[in-house]
Amino acid sequence: MFGLKPDLCSIPMPETYLGADDYAKNAARWCPGCGGHSILSTVHKVCKDKQYAPEKTVFVSGIGCSSRFPHYMSTYGFHGLHGRAFPVACGVKFRRPDLNVFVVTGDGDCCSIGAGHWVHAIRYNMKMVVLLFDNAIYGLTKKQTSPTSRVGTVSNTHPKGSVLPPLNPIQTTLSISNVSFVAQTTDWHPAHLYATIRKAADHPGLSFVRIVQRCPVFMRDLYESAAADPGSLTLLKHDNGIVLDPAIEKTFKHVVSHDPSDINKAREHAEMKETIPVGLFYQNAENPNYDDYGAHNLGMTIAEKAAAINDMLDKYTN
Amino acid sequence: MEKAATSAKEKNTSAKGTSPVIIDEAIVEIVSDSGEGAQKCGQSFGAISAKMGNGVWTVEIIPAEIQPPARSREGASGIRVRVGSKKVTNMGDQAHLVVALNEQVLFGRISQQAYKEGTVLLIENKWAQSEQENIRKQYAEALAEFKERGYQIIEIPMEVECLKIVRDAQKGKNMWVLGMICYIYGREVQKSHDQIKGIFRKKAQKIIDSNIALFDSGYNWAKENLDFNYEIPAMAVAEDQVVMNGNEAISFGTMASGIELCSMYPITPATSASHHLADYFEKAGGVVHQAEDEIAAIGFAIGASYAGKTAITITSGPGLALKTEFIGLAVMAEVPLVIVNVQRGGPSTGLPTKVEQGDLLAALFAETGDAPKIILAPATIEECFHFVILARKLAEAFRTPVILLTDANLATGVQPFPRPKINQEWFAGPIDQSPWKEDVRPYEWNAENGLSKRPIPGQKNGMYTLTGLAHDEKSRVAYEPDSNQRSMEARSRKMAAFQQTLKKPTINGDETGDLLIVGWGSTLGAIDEAVEKARAMGAKVSALHLRFLFPLEPGLKEIFSRFKKVMTVEINYSDKLGDPMITPENRRYAQLAWYLRAQTLMDIDCFSNVYGQPMSPGKVLDMIKQELNIK
Repeated sequence: MFGLKPDLCSIPMPETYLGADDYAKNAARWCPGCGGHSILSTVHKVCKDKQYAPEKTVFVSGIGCSSRFPHYMSTYGFHGLHGRAFPVACGVKFRRPDLNVFVVTGDGDCCSIGAGHWVHAIRYNMKMVVLLFDNAIYGLTKKQTSPTSRVGTVSNTHPKGSVLPPLNPIQTTLSISNVSFVAQTTDWHPAHLYATIRKAADHPGLSFVRIVQRCPVFMRDLYESAAADPGSLTLLKHDNGIVLDPAIEKTFKHVVSHDPSDINKAREHAEMKETIPVGLFYQNAENPNYDDYGAHNLGMTIAEKAAAINDMLDKYTN
Repeated sequence: MEKAATSAKEKNTSAKGTSPVIIDEAIVEIVSDSGEGAQKCGQSFGAISAKMGNGVWTVEIIPAEIQPPARSREGASGIRVRVGSKKVTNMGDQAHLVVALNEQVLFGRISQQAYKEGTVLLIENKWAQSEQENIRKQYAEALAEFKERGYQIIEIPMEVECLKIVRDAQKGKNMWVLGMICYIYGREVQKSHDQIKGIFRKKAQKIIDSNIALFDSGYNWAKENLDFNYEIPAMAVAEDQVVMNGNEAISFGTMASGIELCSMYPITPATSASHHLADYFEKAGGVVHQAEDEIAAIGFAIGASYAGKTAITITSGPGLALKTEFIGLAVMAEVPLVIVNVQRGGPSTGLPTKVEQGDLLAALFAETGDAPKIILAPATIEECFHFVILARKLAEAFRTPVILLTDANLATGVQPFPRPKINQEWFAGPIDQSPWKEDVRPYEWNAENGLSKRPIPGQKNGMYTLTGLAHDEKSRVAYEPDSNQRSMEARSRKMAAFQQTLKKPTINGDETGDLLIVGWGSTLGAIDEAVEKARAMGAKVSALHLRFLFPLEPGLKEIFSRFKKVMTVEINYSDKLGDPMITPENRRYAQLAWYLRAQTLMDIDCFSNVYGQPMSPGKVLDMIKQELNIK
């Protein structure tokens, strides 16, 4: 943390200016090489750039490797139940519009045990950032097939290889009514990761960010090759999308232009098979936010409430 | 009352000008096929009676299906209204007078022993002229059987009379019936008209007028054609009374507690509490959230509570089962929360519309591991109101979830009670957003009473990550074995600290005796009425009713030891000694009995059943007589 002496500067300065470190707490206990580390430091940086007051910021998670995330933030946190981060986060936000809410969830937490809540949270479209850490495997419980595992994934629950095609979290999210922000990025491309989460934090609704993530222990082959190969990604490029520094943009071998207001094209790109599409699939800032409804009658005084109840009781009185 | 009807008939006098017979109370039922408005009719009758200063209790008769087949025995839909010149606390025993829109639905009630010899049946007579031969036959056979059973039958041309006013008698016959029974029991016409205007306040004036015309027609028809009528003197009450059912009382209690969020998922018989909130809550600063499922409903409530707005979630048995994991989290992480469980018949989907007190042990023990939390059971509709206010305060003071156990009987029963004087101290204050003292940990458990203060998001320096994992005082994941032991102690000890603030329960009757009946929840009225009757017969029986089920009220063992026998009366399942296969060793007790036996190491017996019916005073009285050998 550093401060500027106000008398040296005529521009109004915040009382305290927080650095990225000010959002960090406890050493992360993820495995070395886990994609979680880079996401964590990126989130610290986004918080710093947004100058979120730590006491006004809540990270809500479920259960799983990724859901340990709130323990590594100096903000408020809620490390709850497996699959249930969404309802808790929505409950936090509903009557507290002043809080910045983040959801950190994994592919098992969000797309399997919590799938029902995922669908409805997208529809509620409350102002929050959702980070789906998708490493396509259950890590904390030691290598079971996840709903996003590729067919043939050898795991402890499918020793001969998994049998079902994976669920596509981007396509699924795009199909839910009132969806307002869907983006994809990867843990191993820090510039794109940062730009995506930053854009998500600016969105006035629920921003759903799927982060394709490495698990160096249980899912080595899936993304190891992808991480090493700049040709493994396709950048979805648009002025209204995730905007990168032109020099960084040049490092992408595959670039397609995609207007994030075009949901049909977004659905086509979501089906891309040979490379991993990264960028903003869809954004619509006009969709209704359920948290606006939740907060519409905040701030009534006790005396006003008591008077209102007395009026109502009149109807029930002899 | 039966006498009055009989004697009037015998004299065969013209009805006009019959002077009313004064009676203490009346038990009236209106039964019909679903959708004929019998409940609206009975509720209005109850409300008018309460407004005239009578004691009232209503019980809905609800089939499980929304539209069971017409004229079916199991499809009986309707309501029982008990009106008295004193306070009425339960549904009573057999009905005195029944209005039936068809004769078949009466069979279901007869099999539930709802009627007795002399019960007056006022039956729609249009079925006698039905075009269908089998209906005419059914009608004739049923009436013959009713006669044989000793019921007094009066056939009423309801349809014919209604058709003089409306084109479709199905819509409005209930108001015609209301007119008829309001004449029979001397209800004030002006109060009745006001009630009808209130019911249809959202409808067009034409509809209000037509319903009032139907009421007047029923009233005048009865006056001209029936040879009996009654008067039920009012109670002397000084205070204003409100009239509502238990779910409405829960809703009012929620608003008066200052709670601003009800997060729910529809489930019978709890939903009407949320309907009431949906109608009124926003004017009192709150919002109803209908979640995507029961789990999300409580998760959402916990999120709001964590963020400083203690919330309520209202459910019934199957919903409570789904919420169990989250309740465990709220205990573990010490999140204040109010959970209302309007109990219905279980297990599984069970009897969705019927009463049972079958969730006591689930409320106590359903979570994995040790998860103590406060459990309260209101015994009256008035208590449904006040206990929500109490629950919110306890939840915050003791940093714990609080479960309120009501049941289908309280939920739909309507009773007058003194109008609550809304007190500003009942309300939750604004969220504390002052800076947190930096050196105070988020779970700084007091070594003696286990209590700690919680930081709320928005408070500077208070930042912590709540977790369902075992944690230490800083809310860090506990890797040391001591932390788990210590936090468990703290959470248990705060319940003990709360228990020490409770008062010894009061006893209805003598402090010693041959039999003590222990009850909880909606059975209070029936037990008290039975005990008072038995005492008048010389029985040394007393009653005790528990409101705090966890922690239990103090002094129970000492009180129990002053009686030769202690017995619980409950609406849940228990084995009976003497039944096949049942031995003293394998006998399963009713839930409160089970729990009290474990707590007191005393041989507490139980009387319980699961017919899906509210406990009746007659059944309790019979049990007392049998236990104490009274003839």
